[in-house]
Amino acid sequence: MNHLPLIIKREYLTKVRNKAFIVMTFLSPLIMIALFSVVAYLSQVNNNKQKNISVLDQSGKIESIFLDKEFVKYNILKDVTLENAKIIVEEQEDYGLLYISNFTTKTGDVEASENINVEVQFYSTETPSLSIISALEHKIEKRLKEINLESKGVNINTLRTSEVNVTINQENFTGEKTSKADSVVKLIFGGAAGYLLFMFIIIYGNMIMRSVIEEKTSRIIEVIISSVKPIQLMLGKIVGTTLAGITQFGIWLILGSILMVIASIIFDIDFSQINTPQQELVSQAMQNPDANADAQLFINAFFNMPLVNLIIAFLFFFISGYLLYSSLYAAIGAAVDNETDTQQFMLPIIMPLILSVYVGGFTVIEDPHGTVATIFSFIPFTSPVVMLMRIPFGVPIWQQILSLLILIGTFMFTIWLASKIYRVGILMYGKKPTYKELLKWIKY
Amino acid sequence: MANLLEAQSVSKNFGDFTALNNVSISVEKGSIFGLLGPNGAGKTTLIRIINQITMPDKGKVILDGEPLQRHHIQNIGYLPEERGLYKSMKVGEQALYLAQLKGLEKSVAKKRLLQWFERLEIGDWWNKKIQELSKGMAQKIQFVVTVLHEPKLLIFDEPFSGFDPINADIIKNEILRLRDNGATVIFSTHRMESVEELCDHIALINKSNKIIDGNLLDIKRQFKSNTFEVGINTNNALQLQQSLSEKFIVSPANFKSLNNELKLKVKLPEAESANHLLSYLTTQGEVSHFVEVIPSASDIFIQAVKNN
Repeated sequence: MNHLPLIIKREYLTKVRNKAFIVMTFLSPLIMIALFSVVAYLSQVNNNKQKNISVLDQSGKIESIFLDKEFVKYNILKDVTLENAKIIVEEQEDYGLLYISNFTTKTGDVEASENINVEVQFYSTETPSLSIISALEHKIEKRLKEINLESKGVNINTLRTSEVNVTINQENFTGEKTSKADSVVKLIFGGAAGYLLFMFIIIYGNMIMRSVIEEKTSRIIEVIISSVKPIQLMLGKIVGTTLAGITQFGIWLILGSILMVIASIIFDIDFSQINTPQQELVSQAMQNPDANADAQLFINAFFNMPLVNLIIAFLFFFISGYLLYSSLYAAIGAAVDNETDTQQFMLPIIMPLILSVYVGGFTVIEDPHGTVATIFSFIPFTSPVVMLMRIPFGVPIWQQILSLLILIGTFMFTIWLASKIYRVGILMYGKKPTYKELLKWIKY
Repeated sequence: MANLLEAQSVSKNFGDFTALNNVSISVEKGSIFGLLGPNGAGKTTLIRIINQITMPDKGKVILDGEPLQRHHIQNIGYLPEERGLYKSMKVGEQALYLAQLKGLEKSVAKKRLLQWFERLEIGDWWNKKIQELSKGMAQKIQFVVTVLHEPKLLIFDEPFSGFDPINADIIKNEILRLRDNGATVIFSTHRMESVEELCDHIALINKSNKIIDGNLLDIKRQFKSNTFEVGINTNNALQLQQSLSEKFIVSPANFKSLNNELKLKVKLPEAESANHLLSYLTTQGEVSHFVEVIPSASDIFIQAVKNN
């Protein structure tokens, strides 16, 4: 007799019909989007305010570079003293006053290496934002360099027209073209996959644990296991809860996208491009390449990833990794009487999980095929997360299969172990077990 | 009559602790078998072995002529002492689920459930959640769930706990009815009066060993001590008591009577006939009460456990 489908169905339906579950499913994306909208809306309102910056350039050689932008207007002051300029700016309630002192350059001396001696000062009521200051610095530096070059006899127009932009085209030996956008896209996908697994384990692992504890506290467990094998009950619980989890995630995804569209229409917010004056200044300064070309790079990068491998590996590592941890959660639930007693057993579960996210977050970014990243992608408790983060960067198939085999072997072992603990634990009441006792249970 | 269940030399250890030591029981088909013993004696372990919740280290269990196998769980209905139901699940849904776990078809289970609910007058609970019911009400559901798949063997561990006397009586009659319809019942309890009322056969387990096993009446015969309760109206109570004490072991007795007579318990030597005592007493006064003391199940329990 196979009762597994029956148990899975019950676990699934109880979870899905649970009021708290329903509320969480529908409220979470609503809250998330609402929060996001408010933040986006407010920052837009805040940043849409035009910033007026007054410029007092006593040398008169630099002011030409300050051209008005959408959110930043420059007010060039002439023939006023610094003291008067400060008063004017304060009265106008401008964002700030940029003061550039007079300076001289040594003409014709090509060998002279000393800096131009110029004093630049920014006066404002409040501390100015870092991005604005660095953008201004960048602009002035660039202009001064040109003046310097000019004074040394270089024709600035020749220099400007002879500027070159280089993008290195990357290609591996099998002929696949890559670009620097690739790394970013790979990181995003690897990170998302790893983090998704991490979240899934934490949320639904806990749910499994609670559901085991519930069966113990309601004392129904002995009735059930006089009909079904404990391991069947445990597996049914894990699968049923997982399906409920997938349902919840799916609804979150769909609902989230719909709400995002609705919110962007209602509040007229473009979530993808929130332009702020700071960004404008920065991009101006950095001479960002054409945005469209960038998007094309990212699309190319996406298709440059080993997509089939990524999807298959994602499924296998996700399922195996999740089963590994959820069986441990089930065992913990069986070992204790109530949720407060779970703390002592939670640490050994949470530790490798957090470790794997850290390793994934730091080491994989640094060097996806380095020793540390490679080793952790084979250790079964960290491998699901770390390997998922590594795979977009191209991991040899034999490594993936070996790591997966180790992982599957380990999860078979933990399920066996967990079912042992489970079998004994579900009939134990009133005792807060120690690790030593758990070991003894495995031997029964 | 044939035995429905036989446990043969069953032993079970948990680490260093011996829960059962070479215990054998035979349960006759169609009987009510009382499984007795102090707390922690090993009763629940034996019951769990019969239910295949735990496996014995040694020995085997035979059900209806076959060694116990997985499919036998359909033939057993078990009401554990530590019992409960899913609190947030509806009564009907839950009963159907548990019946299906016992291998019953959903449609059959539903039909039988409705019959049971009607008989126990709980029909309108179908859509209630367990947490909305009182403890006694939940126990009733639990009882129905245990017997719904019409198993050959029913195991009840403290079935009457949580019931008021009226409901306990209803359940007792249901157990008897199930027995009359051919079911065999193993009954574990600490309430000795219900053992007296229901059990044909008992086994007493103490400290992992079986110490008594047999027909309840046979065991009572075995435990009787040739003691008689005597009530006599006499003018010289003191002298009579003294003269009896010289020949027999005499202790004061306590039973209900209308007269203020001398009440004594007299233990006769094994060979001595009760008639001798009675004829002697009739010469001493008017005998109003002369009854052989039959050991109750409770007496047997206490005595056996103390002597063990």
